[in-house]
Amino acid sequence: MSKDSKFCPGCGQPAILQTLYRILQEQKSEEKAVLGLDIGCSLLAWDFLPINTFQTHHGRVTATMVGFKRAQPDLLSFAYTGDGGAYAIGLQSLLWAAKRNDPVTVIVANNAVYAMTGGQTAPTTMRGQKTDTSPGGYEEDPMMGPELVRNLNAKAYIARTAMNNMKHMKECLEKAIQAQRDGNFSMVEVLSFCPTNWRTFGPKTNEYLERMKEHFKLGEF
Amino acid sequence: MFMNINMQKGKQFLTGHEVVVQACIDAGATHMFGYPITPGTEILSGWIRQAEESGGKLHYLQTEDEIAAGFCVVGAVMAGAKAFTATAGPGTVLMQDAMGMADGMRLPFVAIIAQRGGPSSGTVIYSQQEVNLAIHGGNGEGLRIVFSPSTVEELYRVTRRAFNTAWQYRFPSVVLTDGFLLKTKQDVVLDFMGENVEPTPLVSEHTQKNIRNIYTFEQELMDELGKQKEDFEVMSKDVEEYEVYFGEMNNDQRTMINEQRCEELIIAHGIVGAAAKDAVDELKKQGKSVGLFRPITLSPFPKDELNRLSKQVKRIIIVESSMGQLRDLVKQNLDSHVDVEIDGLYKPAVGIEVEEIVQLFK
Repeated sequence: MSKDSKFCPGCGQPAILQTLYRILQEQKSEEKAVLGLDIGCSLLAWDFLPINTFQTHHGRVTATMVGFKRAQPDLLSFAYTGDGGAYAIGLQSLLWAAKRNDPVTVIVANNAVYAMTGGQTAPTTMRGQKTDTSPGGYEEDPMMGPELVRNLNAKAYIARTAMNNMKHMKECLEKAIQAQRDGNFSMVEVLSFCPTNWRTFGPKTNEYLERMKEHFKLGEF
Repeated sequence: MFMNINMQKGKQFLTGHEVVVQACIDAGATHMFGYPITPGTEILSGWIRQAEESGGKLHYLQTEDEIAAGFCVVGAVMAGAKAFTATAGPGTVLMQDAMGMADGMRLPFVAIIAQRGGPSSGTVIYSQQEVNLAIHGGNGEGLRIVFSPSTVEELYRVTRRAFNTAWQYRFPSVVLTDGFLLKTKQDVVLDFMGENVEPTPLVSEHTQKNIRNIYTFEQELMDELGKQKEDFEVMSKDVEEYEVYFGEMNNDQRTMINEQRCEELIIAHGIVGAAAKDAVDELKKQGKSVGLFRPITLSPFPKDELNRLSKQVKRIIIVESSMGQLRDLVKQNLDSHVDVEIDGLYKPAVGIEVEEIVQLFK
């Protein structure tokens, strides 16, 4: 179903991407889907799935997929990004795509760090979390992406899920795709494993993600 | 009601902004993404007025910033739409992010750049200070086609051409103009010889492509860049454009232009090139032997013609509204064995009048 993973062992992103692909298969929509990739670990998905994919620039995937959708409204336009691309360098375009109700689906992998660059503080880094750029522990609260975007667009489908809740994740992604088909903006934040930068092994990785859920409530917004 | 320029034939009295919008429509453009910035704003507002009356054929989005405008163009051209943006000054800086992606992935990106004086927000009308940015603004060494028109009529023609070069050769294509030319109203005949190059989507439901712009190995990237450079050089001979002017001449003289000679050569581009042309006429009346070399494509630079002319003259005088961005291009492209004196009039972000150029030959 997919090529060899370029992600680190234990990374959560393959599960997100394979779930997306499974849905597209079930809906016989693989050919209609175009997956734009932000820079960061998301770029590693460039040849992971047998659908149209392309890499963009850091923080720019949402704007790119807005342009794509406006030129090809019949295709399903997906913007795949990390928490940094979505909520820091690309926040402006995310907010405006939501505000305009552009019918694109933004999938945000939230692992609470900048992973590709080696574990620096991200918009979703939690209070007290130690990172490469917050060695003494981060002193602020994390950016709550879905809660923020919710206020901009009553029609949009906005949810947060986790890649270790496979059933919930699949439901959320299905609803997000349906929202795009109905002509509305959709965004799903997915809490995702990053054992490399969390410095966790085996069950500890799952425990870390479970602790993240205390900060980041799952559900639809 | 916005005038439907296309319905009129023959000579018309139009601004630069109006002819750019018309050129984009005539080129088959369907999508504009832009952010208002002086002196390029009227291209956006003019396009929107046309789009509103197009019955859904023409599309637009006023984006949240120039970065989004650029990346929306990137997405739309990947989807197969002839899309473009227009920007200026600090907006040209922000546009480099998307243009860099277009450089790296060989996307048919079209931008109209309305130069204004800098650094920073500077002034808003007259400048030739965005030459380096237009040609070399991205990280890495992306290759772009850059046109610099000197009249409203030429602005129309090169804008039409920019869409063709972008889609035919898959190099980002820039029309580099300025606030003064865009606001100028001139008698024009909108004429373009040649067909529009048809757009084709890079990805569609009939493709299954995985496209990257990140390379894992240095050698892979170098090989890719080497291929791009080779393509650029092959394309250059078809795309290069320039004007050589020795003063008003009849048709017989015009066909013999390669045999014409002058003692001194002005080199100027864009709107300064128009003033230089008038200066050549004036100098000819005074009995002086002065010619003009006006590159219309700044990239690829018409290097062979520059060298051919430079070998024949005693002195080159570069005239530009910048501190020397055209001079640097000339020096880069002059063969090392060409021994010629180079002088110049460099007036960054200031208008240059015919009389000032004439004075240089006192």
